[in-house]
Amino acid sequence: MQIYLPIAELSVNLFLLLGIGGGVGFLSGLFGVGGGFLMTPLLIFIGVPPAVAVATQANQVVASSVSGVLAHWSRGNVDFKMGLVLLAGGILGSTVGVGLFSLLSHFGQVDLVIRLFYVFFLGFIGVLMFAESSRSIWRRRRRAAAPKKLHEHTWVHGLPFKMRFRKSRLYISALLPGAIGFFIGILSAIMGVGGAFILVPAMIYLLGMPTLVVIGTSLFQIIFVAANVTFLQSVQNQTVDFVLALALTAGGVIGAQIGGRVGSKLHGEYLRILLAALILAVAGRLAYELVATPNELYSAVWLAPES
Amino acid sequence: MRRRTALLSMVLLILLTGAPQLRAEPLIADLSNHLIAITTGFNGADVLLFGATDGPGDIVAVVRGPTGRAIVRRQGRLFGIWVNRESMDFDEVPNFYAVAASRPLDELLSPEMAQRYRVGMLNLGIRPADQADETIDGAMLNALIHVKLGERLYRPKPDKISFLGAQLFRVDFHFPANVPTGSYLIEVLLVRNGKVVSAQTTPLIVSKIGIGADIFEFAHRHAFAYGVVAIVSALLAGWIAHLAFRRS
Repeated sequence: MQIYLPIAELSVNLFLLLGIGGGVGFLSGLFGVGGGFLMTPLLIFIGVPPAVAVATQANQVVASSVSGVLAHWSRGNVDFKMGLVLLAGGILGSTVGVGLFSLLSHFGQVDLVIRLFYVFFLGFIGVLMFAESSRSIWRRRRRAAAPKKLHEHTWVHGLPFKMRFRKSRLYISALLPGAIGFFIGILSAIMGVGGAFILVPAMIYLLGMPTLVVIGTSLFQIIFVAANVTFLQSVQNQTVDFVLALALTAGGVIGAQIGGRVGSKLHGEYLRILLAALILAVAGRLAYELVATPNELYSAVWLAPES
Repeated sequence: MRRRTALLSMVLLILLTGAPQLRAEPLIADLSNHLIAITTGFNGADVLLFGATDGPGDIVAVVRGPTGRAIVRRQGRLFGIWVNRESMDFDEVPNFYAVAASRPLDELLSPEMAQRYRVGMLNLGIRPADQADETIDGAMLNALIHVKLGERLYRPKPDKISFLGAQLFRVDFHFPANVPTGSYLIEVLLVRNGKVVSAQTTPLIVSKIGIGADIFEFAHRHAFAYGVVAIVSALLAGWIAHLAFRRS
């Protein structure tokens, strides 16, 4: 069944869109990532103009994140306090990031910088996560209950503005999550994604939050980031396709619910190793695209005449 | 059904009005429809071009979409990484182009005539945007045409115009689902002995109609409200999905 997308200006099979939305929504609910880094290339692949794809997936991410957060919330796996601190840092960071972005576009080759950023960060984080989670799975296999140090004191715990995050079972300085939010805000403004695939590992490894709480909290923070992107894109570029977003959302919210359910049944280590594999796969593909000889050396854009 | 009626009425018209008038008009042509309406379920459209001549001859028809600027980029290797290197701008690029003819084009028109009437892939009328740059980079222009062919917005081979008897002709033009909106011009040429003896131009409008058009209008006129509606509906959709799943 074909459906015409008024902003993207093309007809696409409705079930294809439902399927894409459902698949990405599932991963979103499972891992707590928005899924923009998967959705955007898929939409471009089926013929949606890149500008419309980037803006519309943000709108869909809002819906699947809400659906995912509610699923995690009902199981008590969302740390709202932590989410708000991260968000505050994120808002500051993305403002700085937008400034950096225009500086980069001034020098040209923004696309290349974005791709290099992606490959570097995805590759780095993917390898770290993969190594850590496989090690902890190995350990769990060998001994039923691995002895684990509950708390390690470092300089980080000497920082001021200490706050108690009950859900995360942490008592740390608010500066730490604030700084992580700030840094990821910069990245997400430059890379045009929510940044959850960096945020999730940062919360697990830098803050030491439990994996399940990380996912719910990350989704909570993504709602605001994605809503902000949707709004700015609508106002500045008119590239949010409502019909496309609706079709993706219909699939996405269902996928996110199923993902949230499956996720809560899996062990943290298995979730982390799966996410690491996914991140590495995306990084590998992007790296390959950078160095492989493209099928099509040429690309063409048609601009409507000024009316 | 409608097409058959249209053709029948053409035949009747010719029979009733008789030969004298036809001599004054060597070529009459029209479209089954002057408007392609892009609705929510739009999946491409066919438009019938039909007409009559005052005697034997061949017909060439050219469909040109709205023209605009195209930017073509070529990738090159830089430190082992593929990046966009050269780019070239072209003007007068038709966003849609199709040709139909009753016989192969090279039998009908000399290259000079084809160029004059802008018939065929070699005569699209595309020129470099930079006026000072007189030399067209052939590879860049070819790449542009290649991209358009891939999008099915240019047709690699002319469609076949069929004659019913000696004087009535017809052809179906297919417009794919991604047909660009705007004003199109369809030029019909009557060719005899390599010369264009008569020509007629007829317009075709491709336009969004219904909900799709309303959404497009709303997104552009009330961008602020559009953004808010998009976010609120996403929030609602997520919430509804949660409720639905909690019950089940």
